[in-house]
Amino acid sequence: MLAKRIIPCLDIKDGRTVKGINFVNLRDAGDPVELGAAYSEKGADELVFLDITATHEKRKTMSELARSIARHLNIPFTIGGGITSIEDADAMLAAGADKVSINSAAVRRPELIDELALNFGNQFVVLAVDARQIDGEWIVHLNGGRIATEIRLFDWVKEAESRGAGEILFTSMDHDGTKAGFALEATAHISELLSIPVIASGGAGNMEHFYDVFTTGKADAGLAASIFHFNEIGIGDLKGYLGERGVVVRR
Amino acid sequence: MIAVIDYNAGNVQSVLFALERLGVNAVLTGDHAQIRAADKVIFPGVGEASTTMYFLRERGLDVVIKSLTQPTLGICVGMQLLCAHSEENDTPCLGVIPQQVKRFIPVKGEKVPHMGWNSLSRCEDKLFTPELNGEYVYYVHSYYVEEGPYTSALSEYTLPFSAGLHKDNFYATQFHVEKSGKVGETILRNFLSL
Repeated sequence: MLAKRIIPCLDIKDGRTVKGINFVNLRDAGDPVELGAAYSEKGADELVFLDITATHEKRKTMSELARSIARHLNIPFTIGGGITSIEDADAMLAAGADKVSINSAAVRRPELIDELALNFGNQFVVLAVDARQIDGEWIVHLNGGRIATEIRLFDWVKEAESRGAGEILFTSMDHDGTKAGFALEATAHISELLSIPVIASGGAGNMEHFYDVFTTGKADAGLAASIFHFNEIGIGDLKGYLGERGVVVRR
Repeated sequence: MIAVIDYNAGNVQSVLFALERLGVNAVLTGDHAQIRAADKVIFPGVGEASTTMYFLRERGLDVVIKSLTQPTLGICVGMQLLCAHSEENDTPCLGVIPQQVKRFIPVKGEKVPHMGWNSLSRCEDKLFTPELNGEYVYYVHSYYVEEGPYTSALSEYTLPFSAGLHKDNFYATQFHVEKSGKVGETILRNFLSL
């Protein structure tokens, strides 16, 4: 049976993990490679690294990071943050990344999805989308949720799939940081609308929230950052809990 | 010496890193003589079948791969190309293993590509030793090989399919052995110690 995936997400700036990491037994909790390896050891199924560095040297630093992660990690990982061209994506693939995630760049120029899918295969392209509800309608936002567009979430993910995205990473800005649970209805709607896997993100606060997103939310994977970083939920404990409640997980 | 076949496969770097983690020195090469002389050959693969076959033929590697007599491991699309024919753009493949490669038909609620960790069953091979039954490996694929006489392990997604194939000196995994954590490392080690 195909297992539901648990995916910790790491934000990287200038080669270092940011956004409060409180991990015990690590020599250097800021080192994304060491942290990634620790998560892998604890049973994470996949990792997402988002590089929020903003320098003109970005492609080079990102590809060095991807290379270093690929060298040390024996599970798949996605890298994203500022990938806007075939050249950017090619550098990540050559470095050993399994997938790239694209977000605002794809909204600004949707052909980017087609180009990446054509050159590297659908499985390489994760379309990340940030959305929040405005007057009851889910609306796509840019730049980490700061800028509203006029694009409706469900239209956009459908278009992304038809252009060749291999997976959708959906973050609800309304739920992100609340620790009150994932956006179950919207996630389930995307999952039913599309025939590609959906990663749910935003709102995880306890183990039951993951159970809910895999059952009611029909998600294929659940992503979270701080609750894992601060050891509020251990990945092994989470998988034990899910397994006991009948969710298929890799243990 | 372990030769990893150099062509446009997307997962070449990951395969090399996986071998490096096992402390194995491998050579990435498209050189016919070097591949023929290797103790073992790894044939990676990520990409579309017809394009990948084109790259192999252009480099004369199709003939080389078919003629290999040492243990050879095809991974993912590498496994599919060892078969006779793929439905992906109606592509004639290498024909080393007489099997067809078909596209997953999504049934209600299931997704294509089949992406993520899935469990192994019917492991009864030198590569797939019995203790691997029930263990999880990492898949990303939209095409599969049906269960058949050369199936060396099974997984199930919409239907039972070949997780691995074995015919003579040719071994293959549909999943990404290089990304399958400790289980993947065990299978790679099993191959390296053939």
